[in-house]
Amino acid sequence: MSTRKILVVGNGMVGHHFVESLVGLKTADDITVIGEEPRPAYDRVHLSEVFSGREPSDLALATRETYENWGVTAHFGDPVVRIERARREVVTKGGRRFSYDKLVLATGSFPFVPPVKGADNKRCLVYRTIDDLGQIKATAKDSTRGVVVGGGLLGLECGNALRNLGLETHVVEFAPGLMGVQLDEGGSNMLRRKIEALGVRVHTSKNTQQIVEGESSALSMEFSDDTALDTDMIVFSAGIRPRDQLARESELAVGERGGIVIDYKCKTSDSDIFAIGECALFGGRIYGLVAPGYRMAEVVANQLAGEQEASFQGADMSTKLKLLGVDVGSIGDAHGRTEGSISYVFSDERAEVYKRIVTSGDGKLLLGAVLVGDCEDYDTLLQYFLNEIELPAEPESLIVPAAGDKPLLGAAALPMTATVCSCHNVTKGCIIEALDSGCCSLGEVKSETKASTGCGGCAAMLKNVVEDELSARGVVVDKSICEHFPYTRQELFHLAKVGEVKTFQDMIDGHGKGRGCDICKPAIASIMASLWNDHVLELPHVGLQDTNDTFLANMQKDGTYSIVPRIAGGEITPEKLIVLGEVAKEYGLYTKITGGQRIDLFGARQNQLPEIWRKLVDAGFETGHAYGKALRTVKSCVGSTWCRYGVQDSVGMAIFIENRYKGLRSPHKLKSAVSGCTRECAEAQSKDFGVIATENGWNLYLCGNGGMKPRHADLFATDLDDETLIKYIDRFLMFYVRTADRLQRTSVWMDNLEGGLDYLREVIIEDSLGICAELEAQMAAVVGTYQCEWTTTINDPEKLKRFRQFVNSDEEDSGVVFVQERGQIRPAQPEEKIRLVASSK
Amino acid sequence: MEAVKQDDWQTVCTRDDLVLNSGVCALVGGEQVAIFYLPDTDRQVFALGNRDPIGKANVMSRGIVGDLQGQVVVASPLYKQHFNLETGACLEEEGVFLPVYDIQLDGDAVNVKVAG
Repeated sequence: MSTRKILVVGNGMVGHHFVESLVGLKTADDITVIGEEPRPAYDRVHLSEVFSGREPSDLALATRETYENWGVTAHFGDPVVRIERARREVVTKGGRRFSYDKLVLATGSFPFVPPVKGADNKRCLVYRTIDDLGQIKATAKDSTRGVVVGGGLLGLECGNALRNLGLETHVVEFAPGLMGVQLDEGGSNMLRRKIEALGVRVHTSKNTQQIVEGESSALSMEFSDDTALDTDMIVFSAGIRPRDQLARESELAVGERGGIVIDYKCKTSDSDIFAIGECALFGGRIYGLVAPGYRMAEVVANQLAGEQEASFQGADMSTKLKLLGVDVGSIGDAHGRTEGSISYVFSDERAEVYKRIVTSGDGKLLLGAVLVGDCEDYDTLLQYFLNEIELPAEPESLIVPAAGDKPLLGAAALPMTATVCSCHNVTKGCIIEALDSGCCSLGEVKSETKASTGCGGCAAMLKNVVEDELSARGVVVDKSICEHFPYTRQELFHLAKVGEVKTFQDMIDGHGKGRGCDICKPAIASIMASLWNDHVLELPHVGLQDTNDTFLANMQKDGTYSIVPRIAGGEITPEKLIVLGEVAKEYGLYTKITGGQRIDLFGARQNQLPEIWRKLVDAGFETGHAYGKALRTVKSCVGSTWCRYGVQDSVGMAIFIENRYKGLRSPHKLKSAVSGCTRECAEAQSKDFGVIATENGWNLYLCGNGGMKPRHADLFATDLDDETLIKYIDRFLMFYVRTADRLQRTSVWMDNLEGGLDYLREVIIEDSLGICAELEAQMAAVVGTYQCEWTTTINDPEKLKRFRQFVNSDEEDSGVVFVQERGQIRPAQPEEKIRLVASSK
Repeated sequence: MEAVKQDDWQTVCTRDDLVLNSGVCALVGGEQVAIFYLPDTDRQVFALGNRDPIGKANVMSRGIVGDLQGQVVVASPLYKQHFNLETGACLEEEGVFLPVYDIQLDGDAVNVKVAG
């Protein structure tokens, strides 16, 4: 028997999930995938994040190599245009033919554009693919106002995207309320109130009649109630329609209102053809969420692997998400349409929270729920709903905050069959199995089961289940920094601050044991520096520092040091440039320009450092802290002073920022940059904090970095004035210094921050923790006590003693040997050293 | 300062030249010796070869001292391997040792035994 040919048409999230599932079942089939888009499958759920700084490539679910490694043939950018069922072949637009034994249609859906006159204008767009995003971005460039048509889930997602692009955003909805499918009237009203508070204008019950050219703006929308709305661009996001054309033309059964009809095996009217995802119609219904699509994909994969009883039984459409930063949750019968059902409603207009639960008439079973503004109860309610767990005697206690002790549905109370992650269909039982098979951390369980790697909505629930189970097994999760302190860096910072501890000795006497080590000593030295800002070479601190901090220079492979004076913003006078050259020449140092717009002088012996620095300090240089876990450089482009395109003085701002934060010790190095316009020549989006000039002020980007695992910074706030910009950076840096782990860059810190960017905005912009005044005061103290560590050192004979090569001799280290290369020195290789020593004898 | 005390002991410096809970380097009979000062131990002073056998540079005196699982150690400033201050043994790589020198405090004088 020859190998069975499986052909998959469509490479969206569901099509990809099908291939992944089938490959995982090792069926030895010959699998071919044909995708319309030029790139392999990507995550459409998080599409709008591209506008808050995420790269399109970050959304990829697979690469061409992924398929190659799986032995799957994949063709992109050439859509299938015809199915020839009699020959069991499909034909692509490019004329290629592919034969199949089993065909899987995963063609997805297209955005519905209402038949409105003028909707074909080139400033009317849709929101579905990465290419759509490109068009939206391009059109937004010369727009100030944008309208989204559609107030559903996708429409609001899209509204968020426009808002992130800096547009004045309007949402136009045909129905009387937002998210009419998922929310009842009360929930819908609360959502509207919250979204409007964010500056998004909402227009409901609006029926667009036609779109014409506007007078003051590019377009004008005319509604049936004789009102109009001017706008520069329109994005249609008013629902989806199944892409069933291929099936229609090859005479497979399709629904009256579209959708390829499938049975519970996901088979179409041709038993060799399956349809899955948003193109499929099951029980008269299109499932427009990713989780049910994944279920269908698995059902087909399992059948092809020989598991006959695999079947699709419909799916729960409960959903929890953040729309424009607002928490929204919807479970089951959100509208209370079940006969005999009763409802409990809680509404707090001050906190802008709305919650409703729908129960059976006897109050014993949860039938549905709506949550707006606070989704904390979602996971618990969902478990009650999915597992039909009997409700407590007073069901309202589940949603009313003042009701005292809220009955907790702990992880232990969940049955083994409880679905924790609905995207990947991971039950509590699967998690227990993963732990049984050797996983012992949340991260391991995630990669083993894939739980919480879809929409991420179950993260908190998953964490609870894993931690509960681990602690039931007696596993203690140890987060100690090292064997000397049973605390995390964050806890140590707190202990030092609250107890006003000023030395390592007091710290270890009070809170640790032993002598310390090369992990805890520099970490605590850094905390001491952030808190009290003493000179790092003061007696109680000197033995704690890594060698770079001890010698205020960077140790190189041969034990010599490199010197990096501060050149704030990369701006330097010719006089100072000459001094650097003269010093380098006098001491025979190797010179190189750094990536941070500074000059690095290599090959200085430890005993030469003080004399070199005396010359540099005399010429007006300060230490550059290239050796410390501290602020390094603030890179800049020339900005509006010289550049034809610059809109703000980026050099001036970079110098101000660098001078403000120089000397700040932190959990890891900090880098920054300021660009004078959106061309972004200073590469600010690859920095821990980056600033990009706009016509109206500055955009602030946070938590990017280059290095081993590059991450683009997230757009944190837009159009800030100078004062607000600095205030936010003050707060951000101090919050990071306080709460990050040792050697944790801001990017990793952010990724581990529960609540992510939104949480950071709450803390820094809205002051949700009430600590902003304290953070600013602490930063002011650090800024106010700045000293150039080298200037202080060269004037203190006691500190200089440490720089002697030998305590009993003026000789130099004979192990340091240089050779010449390209007109400068470099350390000799071991065999060169042997040769040089031999020839000198 | 290179006054020979008795036999082959050599006074290399005074207590004042040492750095609290850290190291300095001395040249003893042509060898680079890293001297560590931990006044709250019984011995107070420790002496090891200054050359890092893994990083192949003379840097051990510039490492951070501390203790790991009860052993008093210094961490190489280059690649952070730990060496036992009493035996010179590397904790991470079996069979790698730093030379150990006899050292004592005599009042304020720091004496190291010259390799014979």
